[in-house]
Amino acid sequence: METDPVLRDQTGEIRQETMIINMGPQHPSTHGVLRLLLELDGETIVGCKPIIGYLHTGIEKTTEYRTWQQGVTFVTRADYLSPFHNELAYCMAVERLLGVEVPVRAQALRVMLGELNRISSHLVWLATSGLELGAVSIMLYGMREREIIMDIFEAVTGLRMNHAYIRIGGVVMDLPDGGEAKIREFLAVMPKRIGEYETILSKNPIWLERNKGVGVLTEADALRLGVTGPMLRAAGNPADLRKDAPYSGYETYEFDAITRTESDAFARFEVRLDEMRESLKIVAQCLERLREPGPVMVDDPKIALPGRLSVGPDGIGNDPEYLRHIMEESMEALIHHFKLATQGVAVPAGEVYSAVESPRGELGFYVVSNGEHRPYRVKIRDPSFVNLQATPIMVEGFLVADAIASIASIDPVMGGVDR
Amino acid sequence: MSVPPEVAVRFADVVEARGEVTVTVSRDELLETLAWLRENQGFTFLSCVTATDWPGNDPRFWIAYELRTIGGPVRRIRVKVGLSEADPHIPSITGPFPTANWLEREVFDLYGVVFDGHPDLVRILLPDDWEGHPLRKDEELGGVNTRYHGAFIPPVDTRTT
Repeated sequence: METDPVLRDQTGEIRQETMIINMGPQHPSTHGVLRLLLELDGETIVGCKPIIGYLHTGIEKTTEYRTWQQGVTFVTRADYLSPFHNELAYCMAVERLLGVEVPVRAQALRVMLGELNRISSHLVWLATSGLELGAVSIMLYGMREREIIMDIFEAVTGLRMNHAYIRIGGVVMDLPDGGEAKIREFLAVMPKRIGEYETILSKNPIWLERNKGVGVLTEADALRLGVTGPMLRAAGNPADLRKDAPYSGYETYEFDAITRTESDAFARFEVRLDEMRESLKIVAQCLERLREPGPVMVDDPKIALPGRLSVGPDGIGNDPEYLRHIMEESMEALIHHFKLATQGVAVPAGEVYSAVESPRGELGFYVVSNGEHRPYRVKIRDPSFVNLQATPIMVEGFLVADAIASIASIDPVMGGVDR
Repeated sequence: MSVPPEVAVRFADVVEARGEVTVTVSRDELLETLAWLRENQGFTFLSCVTATDWPGNDPRFWIAYELRTIGGPVRRIRVKVGLSEADPHIPSITGPFPTANWLEREVFDLYGVVFDGHPDLVRILLPDDWEGHPLRKDEELGGVNTRYHGAFIPPVDTRTT
């Protein structure tokens, strides 16, 4: 039988006393379709090779066949737990190519939804990793609070996931009536709930036993492997693009980059909990800024999609007022709408790399235009993809059960890994 | 970011556009360039390795390396290397930058660019026995046979079901 070369020892012989097992791709504890080829000596992992690609959907290729505006609807599906960050990084790249400045109010909306998204993503991480280690109640609590955020997203964008809310030049629409009250309600309950998670887990002997000293990745190794986000910050490095390369006005918000020095799964747990608190601070500051009315889309009819949305009895859809305008009143408006919606906008030739701090680290978009109406190349530098490379170094030498805790602490989202 | 003076002196082809600095070198100078940027300019962190395909041009493939500083305000620089269609080989940088391992595998998988010296250059996103490199511009989107395990799935525009 042929064996993977990585799992052979130096002599080229297959070691008879070890066992090779497949963990995944359909394993409830591997966060989607991640497959790990593990070589075990008893219960100890002596070799590990992650195998990915089971969720490859060709998002990067697809964007090359659609207009720039349509690109938003594809990239948002890559890392499906942080859709706003995908949209934001893509739109920032295209805006830099176009040389467009986004209105202040749109930037505040982007920051606010991005931070709510960070909380909801961390909550999914908390819920699933809790479940994997046997803490079922934390799964229920995490999903319960995430549901509040999903309701906010649905009220603001019309969708729970894959919103395509952030568009080139701004955002698609302003906050709906009652949107602010919903967010304030969430801000009021959430700090107490985060405290509850801490009460349940921080001193829980089982949780400590399963997480402390597990999945250690030192700062030096993390940097060599390109690991960013909470994993790097849990190793004592405060790298955070919101602080170090501010975008969307992050330099004007008050918040801290959270760090720990233990570099293990428990440190990552603490970092993520505290990051949720920091995100709540930012959201509160956004709400204050959003008291100032203003445009949410750049004032340029050649870039802003003309279609308007409004909230109807069955949710968000085409604005009837606008439909009447283009269908009955103005032939020019219809022609303009048709041209922009089908042909799209031409983006000046060039290349840019724009990066944002997603819940998992540096999410970068390398975007190339050849001056046409469609992207020439969109490369998504997804933090999950890069961070997952650290799996073998984190699990080798540990027990199989620790592999579960280690992978959970990486927080990989396979939609982003495989794209 | 503006071009650092030492970079402007050392390299012949330095371009600044939209606040981003791009250095273009030949593939023989790649390792030396990255080492110099790392040791002398503080670009110790590799964010991204990727490629673009320009069929009909020479060089056909452009490999782009995104480097950044870590700690304090971020400075970025891009190093680009052009490769001809006949000889799409480039030295692997997995030695100095281990994070390039999967990134180079992805470029190999999707573009067919070979990274010489890579420790494990196999496909990463597509199955091992896939034929072709789908991000090349001459590979069509959709309407192609599914070139996998000999299966033939007719293009949508010729199907009856």
